[in-house]
Amino acid sequence: MLTTEEKHKIDHEISLVPSPKNACIEALKIVQQSHGWVSDESLQDVADYVGMSPAELDSVATFYNLIFRRPVGRHVILVCDSISCWVMGYESIRDQLYQKLNIKYGQTTEDGRFTLLPNCCLGTCDRAPALMIDNDLYRDLTVEQLDEILEKYT
Amino acid sequence: MEKPLTQHIVPGRAPLSLKEYEKVGGYQSVRKILKEMSPADVQTLVKDSDLRGRGGAGFNTGLKWSFVPMGPEAAKPKYLVANADEMEPGTFKDRVLLEGNPHQLIEGMIVAAYAIDASISYIFMRWAYKVAAREIIKALDEAYEAGYLGENILGSGFNLDMHLHTGVGRYMCGEETALLNALEGKRANPRAKPPFPQVSGLFGKPTIVNNVETLCCLPHIINNGAEWFKGLSKTGDAGTKLYGISGRVKTPGCWELPMGTTIRELIEEHGGGMQDGYLFKGLLPGGASTDFLVEEHLDLPMDYTAIQAAGSRMGTGTMIILDDQTCPVGFVHNLQHFFAQESCGFCTPCREGLPWVEKILLAIDRGEGKPEHLLTLDFHTKYLGPGNTFCALAPGAMEPLQSALKYFREDFERHIHEHHCPWSKAKVWQPSI
Repeated sequence: MLTTEEKHKIDHEISLVPSPKNACIEALKIVQQSHGWVSDESLQDVADYVGMSPAELDSVATFYNLIFRRPVGRHVILVCDSISCWVMGYESIRDQLYQKLNIKYGQTTEDGRFTLLPNCCLGTCDRAPALMIDNDLYRDLTVEQLDEILEKYT
Repeated sequence: MEKPLTQHIVPGRAPLSLKEYEKVGGYQSVRKILKEMSPADVQTLVKDSDLRGRGGAGFNTGLKWSFVPMGPEAAKPKYLVANADEMEPGTFKDRVLLEGNPHQLIEGMIVAAYAIDASISYIFMRWAYKVAAREIIKALDEAYEAGYLGENILGSGFNLDMHLHTGVGRYMCGEETALLNALEGKRANPRAKPPFPQVSGLFGKPTIVNNVETLCCLPHIINNGAEWFKGLSKTGDAGTKLYGISGRVKTPGCWELPMGTTIRELIEEHGGGMQDGYLFKGLLPGGASTDFLVEEHLDLPMDYTAIQAAGSRMGTGTMIILDDQTCPVGFVHNLQHFFAQESCGFCTPCREGLPWVEKILLAIDRGEGKPEHLLTLDFHTKYLGPGNTFCALAPGAMEPLQSALKYFREDFERHIHEHHCPWSKAKVWQPSI
């Protein structure tokens, strides 16, 4: 069930476009913001609300890599794996994260704290290697900094 | 040396507020066009300035606008979209403008919207630019409050709404017709052209999509004229350019310099030269989807014309350096992984061809390559090239591959003959996947 607040926010997005369907990505973002991800149930709710079939909406949802159709941890780590970060040796950062968190790409720590995902270019190539945790960008990274960075997220 | 686009950007300092921006001449171009110029005047001035699209394609901006139907009979509403989806690997120039001076972008968008008589505008920005999003929302509020946006702007009768739309990933969204689909709440597949967006774009209405840097040039062209803008350049392509360098140089970064600054000056003076212990081997001049240039090209001016004549494209003007200690096969493999992953899957050559290319490069990288693999890669650079795919993604992907096969073919062959990557210390025959 969509909450009143979610419906209110989605209504606002719908008011800005010709047809409710046009607001479906915004609606998915709103649901993901409150739940962390988009469950089958949420997908059905949004589909009903904007007048799409669940299959049609899922084809949109699964196209975009930052709409999560599987549960994620409380914090999502996105490691840039594109060219400048590769040249500057991002792989040591990735490997250190694998080891520290005991997970690989696409997995979530047992305590539900972190999900680790690769991501293409974060647009901060002059300060590679870089990663993002939730809304925070970290750049000029070294493996030594990782402990201190991870500690900020509980 | 004039740096119109970045003159008010100080790294580490918050961007100018509306009041501060007005004090240094901000929004003067809006006052000027609304008082003194018709949309046709603005189009002519911008066409005469030779401003070319800074997103990579380099099409004359005024000419692009001229295909929008004008007059009372034209379909309404018309839309203007700022393409702020900067996702070309190795590119970080629009971030500087978005974070550093959001009012300059808004001002440029008002100019562009007026020129095509658009009444609704969007800034389509990638999700990762969180600081930029915060600053733009703040600047939009200020601009509405001051009457630069909304109805009857400065009493002129011109109306313009402006919204920020942040994306949810996917490189495809940078392609202008795919961007419009994303903005409509659809999968970001590209659209067939014609009809071109100028005639039938967002929600089927006339639409212009311009890059952030392109839009940021507009206030300065309006204020100072076409000849001034052309005079900023060292060569025949007008204006300044935001150039960037990433990779193993001493001081990577982004700088606004006269168009036509040479590659050598960029690397040696602004990038500080190569890091100690690293030698220059090649570079991609303007993002992941441009052809490699090598030593012999270092004295070329970085502009659309000269780089194209050398067989590449200036693209976004943000270059990625390949050094002697980085494996060129690994470099291209990383790029093809990106393109294969970001293909929208709509057309067969791109969907099937790019993963094939990636697999072959993986095999070569691991020392499992066969001599005939190089011919298969050559074959792909032709069949995934221009004219064989629905949009420019796969042809763009083939640019670094075809030029790597040309300039670094020996390095590919060494991988195959020596059965390992000469750049990796361990001579391990790794199992196939």
